[in-house]
Amino acid sequence: MDPPAVVPGLSSDPIAEARNLHFAFTDREVFRGLDLAIPRGRITVIMGPSGCGKSTFLGLLGGRLRARSGELRFGGEPLPVNNAGLYAMRRKMGMLFQNSALLTDLNVFENVAFPLREQTDLPEELIRILVLMMLEMVGLRGARDLMPSELSGGMSRRVSLARAIVLGPQLIMYDEPFVGLDPISMGVILQLIHKLNTAMGITSVVVTHDVTEGCSIADYVYLLDDGRVVGHGVPEEMMNSEDPGIRQFMDGLPDGPVGYHYPATDYLEDLGAARP
Amino acid sequence: MKLVAELGRRGIVFVSRLGAAVLFLLLAVRGSAMCLNRGKLILQQLYAIGVLTMSVIVVSGLFVGMVLALQGYYQLVNFSAESNLGLVVALFMVRELGPVLSALLFAGRAGSALTAEIGLMKATEQLAAMEMMAVDPMKRVIGPRFVAGIIAMPLLAAMLSAVAIIGGYLVAHGQFGLDAGVYWSSMKVGVDPVDDVLNGVIKSVVFGFIVIWITLYEGYDAVPTSEGVSRATTRTVVTSSLAILGSDYILTALMFGGF
Repeated sequence: MDPPAVVPGLSSDPIAEARNLHFAFTDREVFRGLDLAIPRGRITVIMGPSGCGKSTFLGLLGGRLRARSGELRFGGEPLPVNNAGLYAMRRKMGMLFQNSALLTDLNVFENVAFPLREQTDLPEELIRILVLMMLEMVGLRGARDLMPSELSGGMSRRVSLARAIVLGPQLIMYDEPFVGLDPISMGVILQLIHKLNTAMGITSVVVTHDVTEGCSIADYVYLLDDGRVVGHGVPEEMMNSEDPGIRQFMDGLPDGPVGYHYPATDYLEDLGAARP
Repeated sequence: MKLVAELGRRGIVFVSRLGAAVLFLLLAVRGSAMCLNRGKLILQQLYAIGVLTMSVIVVSGLFVGMVLALQGYYQLVNFSAESNLGLVVALFMVRELGPVLSALLFAGRAGSALTAEIGLMKATEQLAAMEMMAVDPMKRVIGPRFVAGIIAMPLLAAMLSAVAIIGGYLVAHGQFGLDAGVYWSSMKVGVDPVDDVLNGVIKSVVFGFIVIWITLYEGYDAVPTSEGVSRATTRTVVTSSLAILGSDYILTALMFGGF
């Protein structure tokens, strides 16, 4: 299924787009002609079964991985190939990693201040105000002196989110933001993603396999499988789709186009039962 | 045929890793040059790498010096040459044992810790997070550690030699009753500041360079799993130790006329 160059009704100017993207790790092909567009100022949710390449797409978009062929654009420009260009592009991006990726030798305050200290020459007092504002927004101003090892999973994600937005990025990428969270923490993260989008107009790309949570905040949904987009649309379209592949994923069914078993030789033959 | 194929495969892996290590070294040197104006980062690493290794160095140095004095005395006394005990201990330490032993201890204590630290930073995506914050890990993480390692190594070697000589004195004077003036003056006469001390310092700088290179590369190249970090840490200690001993022979041969 080929998605349109422009996502209908959402934006005429996608902030990022992939066209006929091919990518493989040494021993495994991940993308075989991926086409998708990330509408500017909206929340795009990319879903798919484990191992379908959702996080790999974020690696490609952030320039940490390089596609074998095809086109990947950010802000209308092809992704830079040199380090200086990549670092300049990443200043317009923020990323929330699955395991938060907080710097373990710095406390909460210093983690959020890290991008400011590294990227700007702001005076200490201004850095302090900005960091406290970000921490207040994620509800952790009182935890500023705690070390990452003293935080729960949900708190770590919120600190990581505060760090990701402190430089005011145009795009935030969320890699599995709901994994391993209790319902309250999940609700807080959902609310924050939504608030950042509506209040600050930040474009969001959320990679997840949580259908309910993903669809609850998405403006547009892509479903990936087998190295390409197998379905896309606004959440209602996806939820009501009759396509068997989309239905299987949205309903969490074990049987369907996506196989339950990893490719293997014949079962009976493997057990030795087929021998006379 | 399989054996040849396996040998070839291992050869290719070795050469490709060596090439990757050299490329890493170039980036690390560049990162080090770029972080020289960030004294606080270098000082933090000097503390972690150097100061926290001092206790191991001091204790080891003391015992090594005492053993050298014991062994030396029992041999020298046969030739009535025990007055040269101070010189023997000092030459052994300054020329050989000081740089080599401190480098081995440095690899075991600070090197393994650094490899594990950087490997875990990779496994927990901290390095990837830095890259996504447009912060170059070569400049922020690798550079300060590289500079600190090269500064710390000769200082630790000097400390090990000094403490060992004091340990030797404790045994020579305390156990065997050797005159303090004889012990110290034999050193003053026999130890050459250039041939012995300077060459020892050069050795320790070279060892520091080798150990910190291996240490940081193994951490940065580690497979980002618990097993991968464990293997990288082991490789750091083994490869560093072999590299120290091998390069010690080459340096000694060059410095003291073997070639």
